[in-house]
Amino acid sequence: MKRVHRFGERPAVFLAPALAVLALVTLFPILYVLWLSLQRYSLIGGAPEYAALDNYIRLLGDARFWNALGTTLYFTAVSVALEVALGLGIALLLAQAFAGRGAMRAIVLLPWAIPTVVAARMWEWMYNGDFGVINYLLGTEINWLGNPYWAIHAAIAMDVWKATPFAALLLLAGRLSISQDLYQAARLDGAGPWRLFRHITWPLLRPLLFIVLIFRTIDAFRVFDAIYVLTGGGPANTTETLSIYAYKVLFQALEFGYGSALAIVVFVCIAAVTAVYVRLLQRTLS
Amino acid sequence: MRQLSRYVGVLLVALYCLAPLAWQLLTSLRPAGELTTLPPLLPTRFTLEHYASALTGHPFARMLLNSFIAAGAATAIALAFGSAAAFALTKMRARGVGLLLGIVLATSMFPPIATVSPLYLVINALGLRDSLAALILTYASFALPLAIWVLANFLRQLPDELYAAARVDGCTPLQAFWRVILPLALPGLTATGLLVFIVAWNEFLYALTFTATERARTVPVAIALFPGLHEIPWGEIAAASLVVTLPVLVLVLQFQRRIVAGLTAGAVKG
Repeated sequence: MKRVHRFGERPAVFLAPALAVLALVTLFPILYVLWLSLQRYSLIGGAPEYAALDNYIRLLGDARFWNALGTTLYFTAVSVALEVALGLGIALLLAQAFAGRGAMRAIVLLPWAIPTVVAARMWEWMYNGDFGVINYLLGTEINWLGNPYWAIHAAIAMDVWKATPFAALLLLAGRLSISQDLYQAARLDGAGPWRLFRHITWPLLRPLLFIVLIFRTIDAFRVFDAIYVLTGGGPANTTETLSIYAYKVLFQALEFGYGSALAIVVFVCIAAVTAVYVRLLQRTLS
Repeated sequence: MRQLSRYVGVLLVALYCLAPLAWQLLTSLRPAGELTTLPPLLPTRFTLEHYASALTGHPFARMLLNSFIAAGAATAIALAFGSAAAFALTKMRARGVGLLLGIVLATSMFPPIATVSPLYLVINALGLRDSLAALILTYASFALPLAIWVLANFLRQLPDELYAAARVDGCTPLQAFWRVILPLALPGLTATGLLVFIVAWNEFLYALTFTATERARTVPVAIALFPGLHEIPWGEIAAASLVVTLPVLVLVLQFQRRIVAGLTAGAVKG
Protein backbone atom coordinates (compact mmCIF):
# COMPACT_ATOMS: atom_id res chain seq x y z
CA MET A 1 0.00 0.00 0.00
CA LYS A 2 2.91 2.34 0.68
CA ARG A 3 3.77 2.60 -3.00
CA VAL A 4 0.20 3.47 -3.86
CA HIS A 5 0.16 6.21 -1.27
CA ARG A 6 2.95 7.99 -3.08
CA PHE A 7 0.67 8.38 -6.10
CA GLY A 8 -1.19 10.97 -4.09
CA GLU A 9 -4.25 9.48 -2.44
CA ARG A 10 -6.77 12.16 -1.67
CA PRO A 11 -9.72 10.52 0.07
CA ALA A 12 -10.89 13.98 1.13
CA VAL A 13 -11.82 14.76 -2.47
CA PHE A 14 -14.21 11.80 -2.52
CA LEU A 15 -15.57 12.53 0.93
CA ALA A 16 -16.05 16.27 0.50
CA PRO A 17 -19.37 16.39 -1.41
CA ALA A 18 -21.11 13.98 0.96
CA LEU A 19 -19.72 15.59 4.09
CA ALA A 20 -20.60 19.08 2.86
CA VAL A 21 -24.22 18.09 2.24
CA LEU A 22 -24.41 16.25 5.56
CA ALA A 23 -23.04 19.26 7.40
CA LEU A 24 -25.61 21.48 5.71
CA VAL A 25 -28.70 19.34 6.30
CA THR A 26 -27.93 17.59 9.59
CA LEU A 27 -25.12 19.18 11.60
CA PHE A 28 -26.09 22.80 10.98
CA PRO A 29 -29.81 22.26 11.77
CA ILE A 30 -28.95 20.48 15.02
CA LEU A 31 -26.79 23.41 16.16
CA TYR A 32 -29.49 25.81 14.99
CA VAL A 33 -32.25 23.99 16.88
CA LEU A 34 -30.08 23.99 20.00
CA TRP A 35 -29.72 27.75 19.65
CA LEU A 36 -33.47 28.13 19.02
CA SER A 37 -34.23 26.17 22.18
CA LEU A 38 -32.43 28.88 24.16
CA GLN A 39 -34.54 31.69 22.68
CA ARG A 40 -37.92 33.14 23.41
CA TYR A 41 -39.19 33.00 19.85
CA SER A 42 -42.63 32.83 18.36
CA LEU A 43 -43.17 33.05 14.61
CA ILE A 44 -46.05 35.45 15.18
CA GLY A 45 -44.09 37.52 17.68
CA GLY A 46 -40.95 39.52 17.10
CA ALA A 47 -37.33 38.55 16.68
CA PRO A 48 -35.79 35.79 18.85
CA GLU A 49 -34.73 36.93 22.28
CA TYR A 50 -32.18 35.11 24.44
CA ALA A 51 -33.95 33.28 27.25
CA ALA A 52 -31.19 31.07 28.71
CA LEU A 53 -32.74 27.86 29.99
CA ASP A 54 -36.27 29.23 30.39
CA ASN A 55 -37.73 26.83 27.82
CA TYR A 56 -36.22 23.83 29.59
CA ILE A 57 -37.43 25.04 32.97
CA ARG A 58 -40.89 25.41 31.48
CA LEU A 59 -40.66 21.78 30.32
CA LEU A 60 -40.24 20.57 33.88
CA GLY A 61 -43.55 22.08 34.92
CA ASP A 62 -45.44 21.13 31.76
CA ALA A 63 -47.83 18.26 32.56
CA ARG A 64 -48.50 17.75 28.86
CA PHE A 65 -44.79 17.18 28.26
CA TRP A 66 -44.61 14.51 30.97
CA ASN A 67 -47.73 12.90 29.56
CA ALA A 68 -46.17 12.83 26.09
CA LEU A 69 -42.93 11.39 27.46
CA GLY A 70 -44.85 8.65 29.29
CA THR A 71 -46.93 7.88 26.19
CA THR A 72 -43.79 7.70 24.05
CA LEU A 73 -42.05 5.35 26.47
CA TYR A 74 -45.12 3.11 26.75
CA PHE A 75 -45.61 3.04 22.99
CA THR A 76 -41.93 2.26 22.44
CA ALA A 77 -41.62 -0.44 25.10
CA VAL A 78 -44.76 -2.36 24.16
CA SER A 79 -44.45 -2.13 20.39
CA VAL A 80 -40.72 -2.94 20.28
CA ALA A 81 -41.12 -5.92 22.62
CA LEU A 82 -43.94 -7.31 20.48
CA GLU A 83 -42.11 -6.61 17.22
CA VAL A 84 -38.91 -8.34 18.26
CA ALA A 85 -40.68 -11.35 19.79
CA LEU A 86 -43.04 -11.77 16.85
CA GLY A 87 -40.23 -11.08 14.38
CA LEU A 88 -38.08 -13.79 15.95
CA GLY A 89 -40.94 -16.26 15.78
CA ILE A 90 -41.60 -15.48 12.11
CA ALA A 91 -37.87 -15.64 11.29
CA LEU A 92 -37.48 -19.07 12.84
CA LEU A 93 -40.61 -20.29 11.06
CA LEU A 94 -39.47 -19.03 7.66
CA ALA A 95 -35.98 -20.47 8.21
CA GLN A 96 -37.47 -23.97 8.04
CA ALA A 97 -37.15 -25.58 4.65
CA PHE A 98 -40.33 -25.09 2.63
CA ALA A 99 -41.27 -24.35 -0.94
CA GLY A 100 -41.82 -20.68 -1.76
CA ARG A 101 -39.59 -18.94 0.75
CA GLY A 102 -38.78 -16.25 -1.81
CA ALA A 103 -42.47 -15.46 -2.27
CA MET A 104 -42.95 -15.38 1.50
CA ARG A 105 -40.06 -12.98 1.85
CA ALA A 106 -41.74 -10.61 -0.61
CA ILE A 107 -45.07 -10.92 1.25
CA VAL A 108 -43.45 -10.19 4.61
CA LEU A 109 -41.60 -7.23 3.08
CA LEU A 110 -44.84 -5.55 1.97
CA PRO A 111 -46.00 -4.04 5.29
CA TRP A 112 -42.51 -2.58 5.77
CA ALA A 113 -42.39 -1.12 2.27
CA ILE A 114 -45.75 0.62 2.02
CA PRO A 115 -45.86 4.25 3.16
CA THR A 116 -46.66 4.61 6.87
CA VAL A 117 -49.33 7.15 6.02
CA VAL A 118 -51.05 4.59 3.80
CA ALA A 119 -50.78 1.89 6.46
CA ALA A 120 -52.27 4.26 9.02
CA ARG A 121 -55.18 5.13 6.71
CA MET A 122 -55.82 1.42 6.12
CA TRP A 123 -55.93 0.68 9.82
CA GLU A 124 -58.00 3.79 10.54
CA TRP A 125 -60.67 2.41 8.23
CA MET A 126 -60.47 -1.07 9.75
CA TYR A 127 -60.74 0.47 13.25
CA ASN A 128 -63.78 2.55 12.26
CA GLY A 129 -66.32 2.22 15.07
CA ASP A 130 -69.40 2.06 12.84
CA PHE A 131 -68.33 0.30 9.66
CA GLY A 132 -64.91 -1.11 10.54
CA VAL A 133 -64.10 -4.70 9.69
CA ILE A 134 -62.40 -5.31 13.04
CA ASN A 135 -65.56 -4.68 15.02
CA TYR A 136 -67.46 -6.80 12.53
CA LEU A 137 -65.08 -9.75 12.86
CA LEU A 138 -64.84 -9.52 16.63
CA GLY A 139 -68.56 -8.87 17.07
CA THR A 140 -67.75 -5.80 19.18
CA GLU A 141 -68.85 -2.18 19.03
CA ILE A 142 -65.71 -0.46 20.23
CA ASN A 143 -64.75 3.01 19.07
CA TRP A 144 -61.10 1.96 18.84
CA LEU A 145 -59.57 5.32 18.00
CA GLY A 146 -61.96 7.42 20.06
CA ASN A 147 -61.58 5.52 23.30
CA PRO A 148 -58.77 6.73 25.61
CA TYR A 149 -57.83 3.20 26.63
CA TRP A 150 -57.99 1.56 23.21
CA ALA A 151 -56.53 4.31 21.02
CA ILE A 152 -52.91 3.92 22.11
CA HIS A 153 -53.16 0.14 21.81
CA ALA A 154 -54.71 0.47 18.38
CA ALA A 155 -51.71 2.59 17.37
CA ILE A 156 -49.34 -0.02 18.82
CA ALA A 157 -51.10 -2.83 16.93
CA MET A 158 -50.71 -0.89 13.69
CA ASP A 159 -47.04 -0.20 14.36
CA VAL A 160 -46.43 -3.86 15.17
CA TRP A 161 -48.01 -4.86 11.86
CA LYS A 162 -45.90 -2.33 9.98
CA ALA A 163 -42.54 -2.93 11.69
CA THR A 164 -42.45 -6.63 12.56
CA PRO A 165 -41.36 -7.52 9.00
CA PHE A 166 -38.17 -5.47 9.45
CA ALA A 167 -37.27 -7.48 12.55
CA ALA A 168 -38.33 -10.76 10.96
CA LEU A 169 -36.33 -10.29 7.75
CA LEU A 170 -33.14 -9.22 9.51
CA LEU A 171 -33.38 -12.09 11.95
CA LEU A 172 -34.18 -14.50 9.12
CA ALA A 173 -30.99 -13.42 7.30
CA GLY A 174 -29.05 -13.90 10.53
CA ARG A 175 -30.57 -17.31 11.18
CA LEU A 176 -29.82 -18.50 7.64
CA SER A 177 -26.19 -17.41 7.97
CA ILE A 178 -25.69 -19.89 10.83
CA SER A 179 -23.93 -22.93 9.43
CA GLN A 180 -26.21 -25.93 8.91
CA ASP A 181 -23.34 -28.19 10.05
CA LEU A 182 -23.72 -26.95 13.61
CA TYR A 183 -27.31 -28.14 13.70
CA GLN A 184 -26.52 -31.46 12.07
CA ALA A 185 -23.70 -32.19 14.50
CA ALA A 186 -25.90 -31.33 17.46
CA ARG A 187 -28.73 -33.46 16.07
CA LEU A 188 -26.37 -36.42 15.74
CA ASP A 189 -25.57 -35.96 19.41
CA GLY A 190 -29.28 -36.33 20.10
CA ALA A 191 -30.25 -32.70 20.72
CA GLY A 192 -33.96 -31.86 20.35
CA PRO A 193 -35.41 -28.67 18.82
CA TRP A 194 -35.42 -26.77 22.11
CA ARG A 195 -31.77 -27.53 22.83
CA LEU A 196 -30.83 -26.60 19.25
CA PHE A 197 -32.48 -23.23 19.80
CA ARG A 198 -31.12 -22.75 23.29
CA HIS A 199 -27.49 -23.66 22.54
CA ILE A 200 -27.01 -22.71 18.87
CA THR A 201 -29.63 -20.31 17.50
CA TRP A 202 -30.04 -18.10 20.55
CA PRO A 203 -26.36 -17.40 21.37
CA LEU A 204 -25.46 -16.83 17.71
CA LEU A 205 -28.46 -14.66 17.00
CA ARG A 206 -28.24 -12.57 20.16
CA PRO A 207 -25.92 -9.81 18.84
CA LEU A 208 -28.21 -9.30 15.84
CA LEU A 209 -31.27 -9.39 18.09
CA PHE A 210 -29.74 -6.55 20.07
CA ILE A 211 -29.13 -4.52 16.91
CA VAL A 212 -32.72 -5.04 15.77
CA LEU A 213 -33.89 -4.00 19.22
CA ILE A 214 -31.94 -0.74 19.03
CA PHE A 215 -33.04 0.08 15.46
CA ARG A 216 -36.67 -0.50 16.38
CA THR A 217 -36.35 1.45 19.64
CA ILE A 218 -35.01 4.49 17.82
CA ASP A 219 -37.75 4.32 15.20
CA ALA A 220 -40.56 3.80 17.71
CA PHE A 221 -39.35 6.58 19.98
CA ARG A 222 -39.55 9.16 17.19
CA VAL A 223 -42.92 7.90 15.92
CA PHE A 224 -44.84 10.62 14.10
CA ASP A 225 -46.53 9.63 10.83
CA ALA A 226 -48.64 6.78 12.16
CA ILE A 227 -50.09 8.66 15.10
CA TYR A 228 -50.53 11.92 13.19
CA VAL A 229 -52.81 10.11 10.75
CA LEU A 230 -54.51 7.64 13.09
CA THR A 231 -55.49 9.90 15.99
CA GLY A 232 -53.58 13.18 15.72
CA GLY A 233 -52.67 12.64 19.38
CA GLY A 234 -56.23 12.27 20.68
CA PRO A 235 -58.49 11.36 22.34
CA ALA A 236 -57.67 13.69 25.25
CA ASN A 237 -53.94 13.55 24.35
CA THR A 238 -53.76 9.85 25.27
CA THR A 239 -51.81 9.06 22.10
CA GLU A 240 -49.78 12.25 22.00
CA THR A 241 -46.12 11.24 21.70
CA LEU A 242 -43.18 13.64 22.05
CA SER A 243 -42.81 14.12 18.28
CA ILE A 244 -46.52 14.89 17.91
CA TYR A 245 -46.49 17.34 20.82
CA ALA A 246 -43.35 19.05 19.53
CA TYR A 247 -44.91 19.33 16.07
CA LYS A 248 -48.05 20.97 17.47
CA VAL A 249 -46.05 23.45 19.53
CA LEU A 250 -43.87 24.26 16.51
CA PHE A 251 -46.33 24.43 13.64
CA GLN A 252 -49.71 25.03 15.24
CA ALA A 253 -48.78 27.28 18.18
CA LEU A 254 -45.78 28.56 16.17
CA GLU A 255 -43.68 28.65 19.35
CA PHE A 256 -40.31 27.93 17.83
CA GLY A 257 -38.33 28.42 21.02
CA TYR A 258 -40.29 26.06 23.24
CA GLY A 259 -40.95 23.59 20.43
CA SER A 260 -37.22 23.40 19.73
CA ALA A 261 -36.56 22.56 23.38
CA LEU A 262 -39.03 19.68 23.02
CA ALA A 263 -37.29 18.58 19.84
CA ILE A 264 -33.94 18.62 21.67
CA VAL A 265 -35.36 16.25 24.29
CA VAL A 266 -36.30 13.75 21.56
CA PHE A 267 -32.88 14.18 20.04
CA VAL A 268 -31.02 13.61 23.32
CA CYS A 269 -33.02 10.49 24.16
CA ILE A 270 -32.33 9.00 20.74
CA ALA A 271 -28.68 10.04 20.87
CA ALA A 272 -28.31 8.10 24.12
CA VAL A 273 -29.69 4.92 22.53
CA THR A 274 -27.55 5.47 19.43
CA ALA A 275 -24.42 5.90 21.57
CA VAL A 276 -25.01 2.51 23.15
CA TYR A 277 -25.34 1.02 19.67
CA VAL A 278 -22.18 2.64 18.28
CA ARG A 279 -20.19 1.54 21.35
CA LEU A 280 -21.45 -1.98 20.87
CA LEU A 281 -20.53 -1.99 17.18
CA GLN A 282 -17.04 -0.74 17.94
CA ARG A 283 -16.58 -3.54 20.45
CA THR A 284 -17.62 -6.20 17.93
CA LEU A 285 -15.42 -4.60 15.25
CA SER A 286 -12.23 -4.47 17.32
CA MET B 1 -47.56 -33.65 10.65
CA ARG B 2 -44.68 -31.26 11.38
CA GLN B 3 -44.68 -30.36 7.71
CA LEU B 4 -48.39 -29.55 7.93
CA SER B 5 -48.10 -27.33 11.02
CA ARG B 6 -45.21 -25.55 9.36
CA TYR B 7 -47.35 -24.68 6.34
CA VAL B 8 -50.24 -23.60 8.56
CA GLY B 9 -47.84 -21.28 10.36
CA VAL B 10 -46.52 -19.82 7.11
CA LEU B 11 -50.07 -19.35 5.88
CA LEU B 12 -51.02 -17.46 9.05
CA VAL B 13 -48.03 -15.14 8.66
CA ALA B 14 -48.96 -14.46 5.03
CA LEU B 15 -52.56 -13.77 6.06
CA TYR B 16 -51.42 -11.37 8.80
CA CYS B 17 -49.24 -9.41 6.38
CA LEU B 18 -51.70 -9.32 3.49
CA ALA B 19 -55.13 -9.03 5.14
CA PRO B 20 -55.08 -5.23 5.72
CA LEU B 21 -53.93 -4.68 2.14
CA ALA B 22 -56.58 -7.04 0.82
CA TRP B 23 -59.25 -5.23 2.81
CA GLN B 24 -58.09 -1.91 1.40
CA LEU B 25 -58.31 -3.36 -2.11
CA LEU B 26 -61.86 -4.58 -1.47
CA THR B 27 -62.79 -1.17 -0.05
CA SER B 28 -61.45 0.59 -3.12
CA LEU B 29 -63.57 -1.60 -5.40
CA ARG B 30 -66.77 -1.47 -3.31
CA PRO B 31 -69.66 0.69 -4.55
CA ALA B 32 -70.06 3.84 -2.44
CA GLY B 33 -73.44 2.74 -1.13
CA GLU B 34 -72.01 -0.48 0.30
CA LEU B 35 -69.16 1.14 2.24
CA THR B 36 -71.39 1.63 5.24
CA THR B 37 -72.91 -1.85 5.25
CA LEU B 38 -71.27 -4.87 6.81
CA PRO B 39 -72.07 -7.71 6.12
CA PRO B 40 -71.56 -8.70 3.35
CA LEU B 41 -67.76 -8.84 3.54
CA LEU B 42 -67.49 -9.07 -0.23
CA PRO B 43 -69.07 -6.32 -2.32
CA THR B 44 -72.02 -7.38 -4.48
CA ARG B 45 -70.32 -5.85 -7.50
CA PHE B 46 -66.95 -4.29 -8.24
CA THR B 47 -66.57 -0.69 -9.35
CA LEU B 48 -63.73 1.61 -10.38
CA GLU B 49 -65.64 4.78 -9.45
CA HIS B 50 -63.34 5.54 -6.48
CA TYR B 51 -60.25 5.31 -8.67
CA ALA B 52 -61.83 7.60 -11.24
CA SER B 53 -62.78 10.26 -8.70
CA ALA B 54 -59.50 10.02 -6.77
CA LEU B 55 -57.49 10.45 -9.96
CA THR B 56 -59.61 13.17 -11.53
CA GLY B 57 -61.15 15.03 -8.59
CA HIS B 58 -57.76 16.07 -7.19
CA PRO B 59 -54.45 17.07 -8.74
CA PHE B 60 -53.38 13.54 -7.97
CA ALA B 61 -51.27 12.98 -11.07
CA ARG B 62 -49.30 16.12 -10.25
CA MET B 63 -48.60 14.88 -6.74
CA LEU B 64 -47.55 11.48 -8.02
CA LEU B 65 -45.11 13.25 -10.30
CA ASN B 66 -43.87 15.34 -7.33
CA SER B 67 -43.27 12.16 -5.35
CA PHE B 68 -41.36 10.59 -8.23
CA ILE B 69 -39.17 13.65 -8.74
CA ALA B 70 -38.42 14.18 -5.04
CA ALA B 71 -37.66 10.51 -4.29
CA GLY B 72 -35.82 9.98 -7.59
CA ALA B 73 -33.58 13.03 -7.25
CA ALA B 74 -32.86 12.30 -3.59
CA THR B 75 -31.87 8.76 -4.54
CA ALA B 76 -29.63 9.93 -7.39
CA ILE B 77 -27.81 12.42 -5.17
CA ALA B 78 -27.46 9.93 -2.34
CA LEU B 79 -26.01 7.32 -4.69
CA ALA B 80 -23.59 9.72 -6.41
CA PHE B 81 -22.21 11.38 -3.27
CA GLY B 82 -22.67 8.32 -1.09
CA SER B 83 -20.76 5.92 -3.34
CA ALA B 84 -17.79 8.30 -3.56
CA ALA B 85 -17.74 8.70 0.21
CA ALA B 86 -18.16 4.97 0.85
CA PHE B 87 -15.33 4.30 -1.61
CA ALA B 88 -12.98 6.69 0.18
CA LEU B 89 -13.92 5.22 3.55
CA THR B 90 -13.43 1.58 2.62
CA LYS B 91 -10.78 1.51 -0.10
CA MET B 92 -8.59 4.58 0.29
CA ARG B 93 -7.68 4.08 3.94
CA ALA B 94 -8.73 7.58 4.89
CA ARG B 95 -7.81 8.51 8.40
CA GLY B 96 -10.47 8.31 11.11
CA VAL B 97 -12.72 5.94 9.16
CA GLY B 98 -14.30 4.51 12.31
CA LEU B 99 -15.14 7.96 13.60
CA LEU B 100 -16.56 9.14 10.26
CA LEU B 101 -18.72 6.05 9.89
CA GLY B 102 -19.90 6.52 13.46
CA ILE B 103 -20.92 10.10 12.64
CA VAL B 104 -22.68 8.98 9.47
CA LEU B 105 -24.58 6.31 11.38
CA ALA B 106 -25.46 8.77 14.12
CA THR B 107 -26.85 11.30 11.63
CA SER B 108 -29.02 8.62 10.07
CA MET B 109 -30.66 8.21 13.47
CA PHE B 110 -31.45 11.92 13.89
CA PRO B 111 -35.16 12.27 14.62
CA PRO B 112 -36.66 14.42 11.84
CA ILE B 113 -38.68 16.36 14.42
CA ALA B 114 -35.37 17.72 15.78
CA THR B 115 -34.29 19.23 12.48
CA VAL B 116 -37.64 20.25 11.04
CA SER B 117 -37.88 23.68 12.73
CA PRO B 118 -34.43 25.01 11.71
CA LEU B 119 -34.81 23.56 8.21
CA TYR B 120 -38.18 25.29 7.95
CA LEU B 121 -36.58 28.65 8.78
CA VAL B 122 -33.72 28.05 6.33
CA ILE B 123 -36.08 27.00 3.54
CA ASN B 124 -38.24 30.07 4.10
CA ALA B 125 -35.18 32.32 4.12
CA LEU B 126 -34.01 30.82 0.82
CA GLY B 127 -37.46 31.29 -0.69
CA LEU B 128 -37.76 27.54 -1.28
CA ARG B 129 -41.00 26.93 0.59
CA ASP B 130 -43.46 24.80 -1.37
CA SER B 131 -40.83 23.73 -3.88
CA LEU B 132 -39.47 20.33 -4.82
CA ALA B 133 -35.94 21.66 -4.31
CA ALA B 134 -36.72 21.99 -0.59
CA LEU B 135 -37.72 18.34 -0.41
CA ILE B 136 -34.78 17.07 -2.46
CA LEU B 137 -32.34 19.01 -0.28
CA THR B 138 -33.83 17.94 3.04
CA TYR B 139 -34.29 14.32 1.96
CA ALA B 140 -30.50 14.16 1.67
CA SER B 141 -30.41 14.34 5.48
CA PHE B 142 -31.62 10.76 5.76
CA ALA B 143 -30.94 9.43 2.24
CA LEU B 144 -27.22 10.21 2.26
CA PRO B 145 -26.26 8.62 5.62
CA LEU B 146 -28.31 5.56 4.70
CA ALA B 147 -26.60 5.28 1.32
CA ILE B 148 -23.07 5.75 2.73
CA TRP B 149 -23.63 3.24 5.49
CA VAL B 150 -25.14 0.51 3.32
CA LEU B 151 -22.68 1.06 0.45
CA ALA B 152 -19.68 1.02 2.79
CA ASN B 153 -20.79 -2.39 3.98
CA PHE B 154 -21.13 -3.61 0.39
CA LEU B 155 -17.79 -2.18 -0.75
CA ARG B 156 -16.01 -3.68 2.22
CA GLN B 157 -16.76 -7.10 0.76
CA LEU B 158 -14.78 -6.33 -2.41
CA PRO B 159 -11.11 -7.35 -2.02
CA ASP B 160 -8.75 -4.43 -1.36
CA GLU B 161 -6.29 -5.86 -3.90
CA LEU B 162 -8.63 -4.79 -6.72
CA TYR B 163 -8.09 -1.14 -5.98
CA ALA B 164 -4.37 -1.52 -5.31
CA ALA B 165 -3.92 -3.41 -8.60
CA ALA B 166 -5.83 -0.78 -10.56
CA ARG B 167 -3.63 1.92 -9.05
CA VAL B 168 -0.43 0.04 -9.80
CA ASP B 169 -1.65 -0.39 -13.38
CA GLY B 170 -1.75 3.39 -13.67
CA CYS B 171 -5.37 4.27 -12.91
CA THR B 172 -5.98 7.49 -11.06
CA PRO B 173 -8.14 7.06 -7.92
CA LEU B 174 -11.10 8.42 -9.90
CA GLN B 175 -10.56 5.96 -12.75
CA ALA B 176 -10.16 3.08 -10.30
CA PHE B 177 -13.41 4.12 -8.65
CA TRP B 178 -15.33 4.61 -11.88
CA ARG B 179 -13.99 1.74 -14.01
CA VAL B 180 -13.14 -0.96 -11.46
CA ILE B 181 -15.00 -0.55 -8.18
CA LEU B 182 -18.37 0.84 -9.27
CA PRO B 183 -19.12 -1.82 -11.92
CA LEU B 184 -18.35 -4.53 -9.37
CA ALA B 185 -20.50 -2.79 -6.78
CA LEU B 186 -23.55 -2.67 -9.05
CA PRO B 187 -25.62 -5.14 -6.98
CA GLY B 188 -24.88 -3.07 -3.88
CA LEU B 189 -25.77 0.14 -5.71
CA THR B 190 -29.09 -1.33 -6.82
CA ALA B 191 -29.93 -2.53 -3.32
CA THR B 192 -29.01 0.83 -1.82
CA GLY B 193 -30.91 2.77 -4.47
CA LEU B 194 -34.06 0.72 -3.89
CA LEU B 195 -33.83 1.18 -0.14
CA VAL B 196 -33.29 4.93 -0.37
CA PHE B 197 -36.04 5.36 -2.96
CA ILE B 198 -38.61 3.52 -0.83
CA VAL B 199 -37.70 5.51 2.29
CA ALA B 200 -37.85 8.82 0.39
CA TRP B 201 -41.09 7.85 -1.39
CA ASN B 202 -42.69 7.20 2.00
CA GLU B 203 -41.36 10.32 3.76
CA PHE B 204 -44.02 12.38 5.47
CA LEU B 205 -42.93 14.96 8.08
CA TYR B 206 -40.74 17.14 5.85
CA ALA B 207 -43.19 16.95 2.97
CA LEU B 208 -46.03 17.91 5.31
CA THR B 209 -44.13 20.89 6.69
CA PHE B 210 -42.30 22.29 3.68
CA THR B 211 -45.07 22.09 1.10
CA ALA B 212 -48.33 24.00 1.03
CA THR B 213 -50.02 23.33 -2.30
CA GLU B 214 -50.06 20.73 -5.05
CA ARG B 215 -47.08 22.50 -6.56
CA ALA B 216 -44.74 20.41 -4.43
CA ARG B 217 -47.01 18.25 -2.28
CA THR B 218 -46.24 14.53 -2.36
CA VAL B 219 -48.78 11.71 -2.31
CA PRO B 220 -48.36 10.62 1.32
CA VAL B 221 -49.25 14.17 2.41
CA ALA B 222 -52.21 14.22 0.05
CA ILE B 223 -53.47 10.97 1.54
CA ALA B 224 -52.99 12.16 5.11
CA LEU B 225 -54.82 15.43 4.42
CA PHE B 226 -57.46 13.94 2.13
CA PRO B 227 -60.22 16.49 2.00
CA GLY B 228 -63.52 15.40 3.45
CA LEU B 229 -65.94 18.24 3.87
CA HIS B 230 -68.76 16.33 5.50
CA GLU B 231 -67.70 12.72 5.66
CA ILE B 232 -64.41 10.99 5.01
CA PRO B 233 -64.32 9.56 1.47
CA TRP B 234 -63.07 6.10 2.44
CA GLY B 235 -63.43 4.62 -1.02
CA GLU B 236 -61.36 7.35 -2.61
CA ILE B 237 -58.73 7.17 0.12
CA ALA B 238 -58.49 3.42 -0.40
CA ALA B 239 -58.08 3.89 -4.15
CA ALA B 240 -55.50 6.66 -3.75
CA SER B 241 -53.50 4.73 -1.18
CA LEU B 242 -53.35 1.69 -3.44
CA VAL B 243 -52.13 3.86 -6.31
CA VAL B 244 -49.30 5.27 -4.20
CA THR B 245 -48.45 1.78 -2.92
CA LEU B 246 -48.24 0.38 -6.44
CA PRO B 247 -44.67 1.54 -7.29
CA VAL B 248 -43.40 0.20 -3.97
CA LEU B 249 -45.29 -3.04 -4.57
CA VAL B 250 -43.67 -3.49 -7.97
CA LEU B 251 -40.20 -2.83 -6.52
CA VAL B 252 -40.75 -5.27 -3.68
CA LEU B 253 -42.03 -8.09 -5.88
CA GLN B 254 -39.29 -7.52 -8.44
CA PHE B 255 -36.35 -6.97 -6.12
CA GLN B 256 -37.21 -8.53 -2.74
CA ARG B 257 -33.84 -10.30 -2.58
CA ARG B 258 -31.89 -7.10 -3.28
CA ILE B 259 -33.91 -5.02 -0.81
CA VAL B 260 -33.43 -7.55 1.97
CA ALA B 261 -29.72 -7.66 1.12
CA GLY B 262 -29.57 -3.88 1.49
CA LEU B 263 -31.47 -3.96 4.77
CA THR B 264 -29.17 -6.58 6.22
CA ALA B 265 -26.04 -4.83 4.96
CA GLY B 266 -27.26 -1.71 6.72
CA ALA B 267 -27.77 -3.39 10.05
CA VAL B 268 -25.63 -6.47 10.28
CA LYS B 269 -22.27 -6.32 8.69
CA GLY B 270 -21.20 -3.16 10.50
